[in-house]
Amino acid sequence: MARIEFKNLGHAYSGNPASLKDYALQPMNMVWEDGGAYALLGPSGCGKSTLLNIISGLLQPSEGQVLFDGRDMTRMATRDRNIAQVFQFPVLYDTMSVFDNLAFPLRNRKIAEREVQARVREIAEMLDLTRDLKQRAAGLSADAKQKISLGRGLVRKDVAAILFDEPLTVIDPHMKWELRQKLKEIHHQLKLTLIYVTHDQVEALTFADEVVVMTEGKVVQQGKPEALFLRPDHTFVGYFIGSPGMNFCPVRLEGDAVLLGQQRLQIEAAQLQALKNSSGELKLGIRPEFVELAAPGTAGAVSAEITQVQHVGTSQLVTAQLEGMSVKARLSPEMKIATGSQWLRLAKPETIYFSNDERIGR
Amino acid sequence: MNKPYNNKAWFFILPVFLTVAFSAIIPLMTVVNYSVQDIISPEQKVFVGLDWFREVMRDGELHAALLRQLIFSFCVLLVQIPLGIGLALAMPHKGWKSSATLVILAMPLLIPWNVVGTIWQIFGRADIGLGGYVLNLLGIDYNYASNPLDAWLTVLVMDVWHWTPLVALLAFAGLRSIPDAYYQAAQIDGASRWAVFRFIQLPKMRGVLVIAVLLRFMDSFMIYTEPFVLTGGGPGNSTTFLSQYLTQKAVGQFDLGPAAAFSLIYFLIILLLSFVLYNWMQSAGNNANASGGQHE
Repeated sequence: MARIEFKNLGHAYSGNPASLKDYALQPMNMVWEDGGAYALLGPSGCGKSTLLNIISGLLQPSEGQVLFDGRDMTRMATRDRNIAQVFQFPVLYDTMSVFDNLAFPLRNRKIAEREVQARVREIAEMLDLTRDLKQRAAGLSADAKQKISLGRGLVRKDVAAILFDEPLTVIDPHMKWELRQKLKEIHHQLKLTLIYVTHDQVEALTFADEVVVMTEGKVVQQGKPEALFLRPDHTFVGYFIGSPGMNFCPVRLEGDAVLLGQQRLQIEAAQLQALKNSSGELKLGIRPEFVELAAPGTAGAVSAEITQVQHVGTSQLVTAQLEGMSVKARLSPEMKIATGSQWLRLAKPETIYFSNDERIGR
Repeated sequence: MNKPYNNKAWFFILPVFLTVAFSAIIPLMTVVNYSVQDIISPEQKVFVGLDWFREVMRDGELHAALLRQLIFSFCVLLVQIPLGIGLALAMPHKGWKSSATLVILAMPLLIPWNVVGTIWQIFGRADIGLGGYVLNLLGIDYNYASNPLDAWLTVLVMDVWHWTPLVALLAFAGLRSIPDAYYQAAQIDGASRWAVFRFIQLPKMRGVLVIAVLLRFMDSFMIYTEPFVLTGGGPGNSTTFLSQYLTQKAVGQFDLGPAAAFSLIYFLIILLLSFVLYNWMQSAGNNANASGGQHE
């Protein structure tokens, strides 16, 4: 169990990065508390696996440090780090029984056989694998195999953190939920630091206390799921989290007026001041959940053309065109919504403004 | 078991059956024909039952050749399989070095059998051959033309040189198909180099190794051209292996009956030993370290 800290940590596979674009992982600082459940969320190729491999020691970062409980681990070999990792697909020692698989990390560390027996049984009990202990590991189902991979990490008492690299990819949907519950249960019991890499926002948001969102080698935000939803620091977070993602409309300032395309948008004085103080490309962002229909001329509303209304069970998904852009709104299922001309209120207290894709006032 | 039965399915194997019939069964039947008859001319044939088989079974020279053959194939497997695995493990994993090693390694495989025999025949000669000359220079009395042991070892070394690359290539292909995650997991689990080999590399190579063992066994059991060119079966009969003995019988002495009977026995021996080897290797993999385990 450990508190994990990154100091100016960055990695470029090419060795000599000329610009930030050359980094697989751009230099950053972060602290993960002992016993926390963290998720690394981002699309493929965003650098999350690179970061994971740096933590486990399979990859040496080209710059910066990794600290476990204040101790510098950057150059430490994988086997001395006390890290456990569960991979995307089950990694098993095929010729061994389930028991021997679970005992393998302990036996490699020359732990007395009596303790090995006790420890393996304890972990097998926790993971519901007791019945299968004598089975050959290769013959089991995918979820049982993933539990064995996880078990090999858990048997070691000294384990600092468990890393999960998209561990549910090969698991059937109905087993996914069960395994995730199991993970949460174990996290609760053992108070281990868990790091979970995924590109699935639902997985990340339900599993983790804190989610780290990454894109193009950059950590764009670390925060609790609510924060990512309500106050995305970066347009990428707004777009990546939520379904559908946040609406973005370019806006520009002309004196005291905020213009969205040809239309004038009336916004609160404080937000107007913040916009005036920032430079660069300005964008308004609002979640579909917060967009509302409004009477013509309402403050913060603009005129739009509703082109599509979809009933999706618990809500209605409305698509509207305004100033050549498409905006989505999620509205209550009881409302009667007609296609055609309508006013939409976009400037509200929940609305976020971005300058060059970064949230203003973060 | 509730499997549907549909006899029309038999029609689907008809093309395969016909192909196999023409390529294997019908030619084999001619051999069977010869093995149970005394054929003096196409018009004069006498059915002799199993007489030829009895004659062959009592043939002392044949027994000697068979024993020689078994020892030879055993030695071939004993040397080539571990050596091939070792080569594959030692080879560079990627980049141009890997490709270059592969090409160099594969070179002996491209040389025709009789040329291999000729190369080693010259290489081993004490007067003009580099190998034979150097050995004698070092004070080793080496002469494959007069010393049976030298001849035997030369044939073995020649076969190792010729065919170990095949085992190495197969093993290398098996190694390359192991995902990196296995090695990473092994590092995390603190596995030693030996444990990585024993529990990851060897089990993952099992499939290709079964193929390698079978190919090398069958090929070495039928070895003909190289020893024929190198030693002509001598000195004495020391390197007369089964194929050569068979050829002597059929072509040299025109004993077609016994030769045909022996061919069938030869074929059955290869089939039986391959079957035994295959099953043994499969079960060795399945039962390793787990009792009462499930099959994949």
